[in-house]
Amino acid sequence: MAVMQDVKPEQPVQLRAIRIRRQRIVKTLVLGAVAIFLATPLLAMLLFTVRQPLSGVWGIEPWKAIFTGDGSSLGADMSALWKGLGVSLALSAVTVVLMLLLLVPTMVMAHIRNKRLERAIEWVSTLPLTIPAIVLVVGLGPMYRWMSINLLSTNPIWLCFAYVILVLPFAFRALAVGLRSIDVNTLSEAARSLGASWPKVFFKVLIPNLWQSMLSASFISVAVVLGEYTVASLLGRTNLQVALFQLGQSNAQISTAMSLLALVFATVLVVALDVIAEHMRRRQEKGQNDVIG
Amino acid sequence: MSLAERKAVAAAIDELHDGKAEQSSVTDAARAVLEDSQERGGGICMQHIDKIYPGNATKALDDFNLDVKPGEMVVLLGGSGCGKSTALRSLSGLEDIQAGRIMVGGQDVTSVPANKRNMAMVFQAYSLFPHMTAVQNVEFGLEIRGLSFKERHRIAMEKLELVGLVDQATKFTQQMSGGQQQRVALARALAISPRVLLLDEPLSALDAKVRVQLREEIRRIQVETGTTTVFVTHDQEEALSVADRIGVMNHGRIEQIDAPQTLYQRPSTEYVATFIGVTNRLPAASNGDEALVFGRCVPLIEGSARGDEVTALIRPEALTIDTSGRTSAIGEKAQVQSIHFLGSHIRVDAVLKDEVWTRANGGKPLEVTVQCSSTGAPDGLAVGGDVTIVPLPVPALAV
Repeated sequence: MAVMQDVKPEQPVQLRAIRIRRQRIVKTLVLGAVAIFLATPLLAMLLFTVRQPLSGVWGIEPWKAIFTGDGSSLGADMSALWKGLGVSLALSAVTVVLMLLLLVPTMVMAHIRNKRLERAIEWVSTLPLTIPAIVLVVGLGPMYRWMSINLLSTNPIWLCFAYVILVLPFAFRALAVGLRSIDVNTLSEAARSLGASWPKVFFKVLIPNLWQSMLSASFISVAVVLGEYTVASLLGRTNLQVALFQLGQSNAQISTAMSLLALVFATVLVVALDVIAEHMRRRQEKGQNDVIG
Repeated sequence: MSLAERKAVAAAIDELHDGKAEQSSVTDAARAVLEDSQERGGGICMQHIDKIYPGNATKALDDFNLDVKPGEMVVLLGGSGCGKSTALRSLSGLEDIQAGRIMVGGQDVTSVPANKRNMAMVFQAYSLFPHMTAVQNVEFGLEIRGLSFKERHRIAMEKLELVGLVDQATKFTQQMSGGQQQRVALARALAISPRVLLLDEPLSALDAKVRVQLREEIRRIQVETGTTTVFVTHDQEEALSVADRIGVMNHGRIEQIDAPQTLYQRPSTEYVATFIGVTNRLPAASNGDEALVFGRCVPLIEGSARGDEVTALIRPEALTIDTSGRTSAIGEKAQVQSIHFLGSHIRVDAVLKDEVWTRANGGKPLEVTVQCSSTGAPDGLAVGGDVTIVPLPVPALAV
């Protein structure tokens, strides 16, 4: 019995060390597998852009074409690509503005005034996730046809209305997290009791506390808009993805290089979001560590 | 101002309210405080207020009436769901009412929106704006009123000094403790010189020690500034210690509103008597003026019931314990169940021995709680021991 008592305290420490080591190995293996799974197609894309598929000659002409804007040596018309990129960037900006204008006041008011309405908004916002884009286009097609003739033009910028619908599920989720992280009701009531009108409550109290989730919603929306192909293609508008597809018909290497760039840009956006969120969290933690008494 | 001076000013304000100003020696200071609050028009009159929340069948406020004098601190006290917070929120304009009228300083504010009532509220939940420092929080209301940066900063620092937090001015909310946050919230509320200060259970989220400290500070500041204040709490001790008057609420209306001492010693209803402090419910016979309790005549409070089978509501300190074992016509034999030493006093729980009381109590032994000072506890007091419970001739309510 005495021997057992001597050994027992050491055993769990050893077991814990073995378990930790095993867990670390499993973690590394899983992360490695995921990294390989994600990186392989990207690496393949990169290789494809620097190695001519038919001749096997290595070169960076496709990248040169992108950065100089001259793809004539490769028989590619770069103007459509630049136009598509411009359209997608403009669409991203307009979509983000429209989404924020539509969603932020609506969600704040619903959060303060009517929780049931908030649930209804959540349900409506998540609908685009369950409806395939191709089905959405069936409904949007006649509307856009009518709008192009009677109200607006065929300018692709008007795709922003469809894109606001497409980004709703992601933007809603990001904003909802922000709203739940602060006591919106108490903050607005405190501000109201101090004499602030509703616009002042909104701009001076709520928005400064929601900017992180608004930024998150915006970045996600930009990523979705930059990667959108189906709606634009089926409605006959040219955006970045449609232009890339068209360019791919004449020069697949430039198209692939551009896709890779767009992907890197979207990744940078998401990583930036993560870095900002982490920075905010650390600042808050630092503040909490300084709490007095 | 020292604590004694503050108490004197508070007492003098009461006397001014009651029209006995000449009798007080500190009336000048009190008059200045009172005139200042009257200038700001802080008197409140809530008349016949009804409030029903959507989807609820019962009224949260049911013909609620409240009068608060300028410079007075009234505490609304009651259990959960009695409507005390609703009354405060209706007064502040954060809740719409279905019926009634709210007057502040003689002005009808019933349909005035919350941001134009010139009241300030301190909430139970920490309500400081997280993106602002303490001083920016205090400046907020002044900025809304269009004061220059210099002016609002000066006032904000003054108010932070009032709550003893000048050194925390540049800290964010996350860097402050709960007590400090509530102090800043109080400074923020006072910075706009509100006509009425509303405190909605501001101490509930704090630990016991900080709660006691802060409630004394709130009272000190209220007396110093002379701001008309309505304080909502469910904590009796808090209410009794800070209030000029306490309104005990039940079912959406005030059952009784009086000075703390009056409320404790002369409750007008059974609910008030049982809600404030501990009360023994003892069988008695009453003629409306006096009640016979355990063979002793006890004077009754006005409005008491009369009859041969009434219940006298008697405070534990209005009973004494006799351990001598002498037989007497006054008093009732009981057996001690437990003795609790509570520092300055002792609480004794006993059960009446005579089966008559058990039968009268629906078959359950009738329990009696007696309180006596720890220095004046009778000799031979022990758990399981036989004692005689004797009522003192202290006014009680019969129901």
